[in-house]
Amino acid sequence: MALAAAQTTDTAPVLAVEGVQMRYGDRWALREVSFGVRAGELLAVIGPNGAGKTTLLSILAGTLVPTAGTISRGREQIGWVPQQPALYSKLSVTENLDFFARLQRVDDSASAVQRMLDQTGLSERATSPVGSLSGGNRQRVNIAIGLLADPPVLLLDEPSASLDPRQRELLWEFIGARAKTGTTVVYATHNVIEVERYADRVLVIADGELLWEGTPRALAETAGSGRDFEASFVAFLHSRGH
Amino acid sequence: MRWLLLKDLRILRRSPLLVALLVAYPILIAVLVGFAISSGPSKPKVALVDLVAPGQGNFQIGSATLNAASYESQLNQGISPIRLSTRAQAVQAVQTGRALGALIIPPDIAAKLNSGLERPMVEVIYSAENPLKRSFVQSVIKSELADANAALAAKFGQVALGLINLLETGGNVNLFNVNVNVLGLQRSATILSAALAILPPGSPERGGLQQVLSFARLALDNLNISNQVIGTLSQPIAVHETILRGARGSSDAFAIAVAVTVSLEFICVLLGAGMLALEREENALARLLRGLVRRLELIVEKVLLAAACGGLAGLAMLLGLAAFVGIDWGRAPLWVLALVLAALSFGALGVAIGALARDVRAASLLAFALILPLAVLALIPSGTVSSGVYDVVKVLDAVFPVRPALDGLSATLTNTGDSVVGPLAHLLGLTLVFVALARIGVRRAATRG
Ligand SMILES: Nc1ncnc2c1ncn2[C@@H]1O[C@H](COP(=O)(O)OP(=O)(O)OP(=O)(O)O)[C@@H](O)[C@H]1O
Ligand SMILES: [Mg+2]
Repeated sequence: MALAAAQTTDTAPVLAVEGVQMRYGDRWALREVSFGVRAGELLAVIGPNGAGKTTLLSILAGTLVPTAGTISRGREQIGWVPQQPALYSKLSVTENLDFFARLQRVDDSASAVQRMLDQTGLSERATSPVGSLSGGNRQRVNIAIGLLADPPVLLLDEPSASLDPRQRELLWEFIGARAKTGTTVVYATHNVIEVERYADRVLVIADGELLWEGTPRALAETAGSGRDFEASFVAFLHSRGH
Repeated sequence: MRWLLLKDLRILRRSPLLVALLVAYPILIAVLVGFAISSGPSKPKVALVDLVAPGQGNFQIGSATLNAASYESQLNQGISPIRLSTRAQAVQAVQTGRALGALIIPPDIAAKLNSGLERPMVEVIYSAENPLKRSFVQSVIKSELADANAALAAKFGQVALGLINLLETGGNVNLFNVNVNVLGLQRSATILSAALAILPPGSPERGGLQQVLSFARLALDNLNISNQVIGTLSQPIAVHETILRGARGSSDAFAIAVAVTVSLEFICVLLGAGMLALEREENALARLLRGLVRRLELIVEKVLLAAACGGLAGLAMLLGLAAFVGIDWGRAPLWVLALVLAALSFGALGVAIGALARDVRAASLLAFALILPLAVLALIPSGTVSSGVYDVVKVLDAVFPVRPALDGLSATLTNTGDSVVGPLAHLLGLTLVFVALARIGVRRAATRG
């Protein structure tokens, strides 16, 4: 199904953002941001704290309405993993997964839940209340809920932020595999290594402005060679006044 | 909707302390309020000290012998007496709060009544500990004494009337154990007329007799008026009681209505507010509203959840209280409908409050801050506050469900003759308004993070 979607939408962008602005009170979180996302693309959004990454992804997900600008989405279902885990702490891992699987009308919810338990390695904690899990494990459930319905477009807001290195690797293995079958992935991160390894394209935003857009390699070149990617990125932001 | 409900019930089941508190607290308050209202103020406890020596309670009005004790029992209709034998005991009873007041009947009450010249004096003692209590017991005792006075006055009036009748028509009367035959004005006039008829026209006695006859006739005419005057004196103002809305229902049924309304208010408002705020606290609101559930669906689910929990608790309470107190079982469909509509409107109010709060704590605090004053204000009777305050109360009665819930329940639990449709339509309207407000609130909450 994902493959079919990828083939039919190859030409048109899956998501197109045109002149989007977002204001909270008198604070601008996004100013005139425009870009498109192609089908099957792995797009990373990076930028300092408060840059507007979460705001941008929430607008793409449709949970925030921008102050100005337009978003066009294809007909595909869009999965969303918010930065703050959205889970019921009194319910167990399985109950949380099952509840969202049923609301998403996943065809065989029981096997989807089992698949996600296996994928996240949380089978042993399946009956524990989510409130009793560690922060990282909670984040694993949070991600699993976004992936349950196997949506053709995925929005991940700092998915790996609280994961241990092993889980981080597993996550990217999984997402990489999905992308290979045509799933479009837009993710925010502070982990520059992730961008270097897993992104096809990078958006750099700071202070609500889209500073730069291109491949990770091009970013490394722009920022200057000879240093590691992270140092280059910091230097790049500094050179742009951030 | 089904999955949302199941999920919320599961969460509730995992919060036994919360549920226990949510059910026990309102029921406790409701039962206290209900019974304080129905049984409290009608008969205050009053210490009663009767200092009249045994056998000294009789007094004489005209030829009738009366007993002071029979007027004492008149007093007992409005108070619940604690009989004590000395004034000191009575003072102590009032001081310790065992009695709200004390009434002391002096030993010379019968003697003074007998004399007909001196008024006997009863003593009343109040505690000033609580001004509300004092003014309440004061007015009860005063009205009871007024009743006793009126009964005595009526008795005096009767005796006076008897004497006037005797003066008019004559007859036998027992005065100081001597039987006296009184001629009476009517017969005197007859005798005088006959005497005048047989006196020769020029007789010198004629002028004098004619004067006496005129006086007798004048007296007869005016005595008729005295009858009426004495009747009026013994009870200067007659009372005709007309009971308007609401009051025809039994006070017990009203107490049930209060208890159930207060319980519904607590459970439904707190649950509705808390369960909606929980979605936001857990960050789930945005996730749910991204096409998984519609806003209205989410709100209706929360309203139904709150109404179902509160309604079941309210129904259980109603049935439990109905075991002790009479309600109209034939009207069960009506009062169940009133209960359901009241639960829905309280639930909707709760959900609207929950939409304003970011977390469960804030929602509960907000809900509590509203619930308590509303419950109190709805029970304020119209005459007890200044008209400005009462206008505010009327506005609150119109925009919050407490008053229509109370009216709806008390009008359906027994047949009071009050309109049932009015309060029920009011509840339905409020439900719709609060659901609409909750939709606006949830949209704000979901789109502004
Ligand atoms: N609900 C809100 N109300 C007011 N201001 C907000 C709100 N959410 C975000 N902001 C402001 O908008 C700006 C962008 O916030 P955003 O969360 O999008 O940043 P971010 O790039 O995701 O940061 P981080 O890397 O820390 O997650 C910040 O200045 C933030 O203070
Ligand atoms: Mg963020």
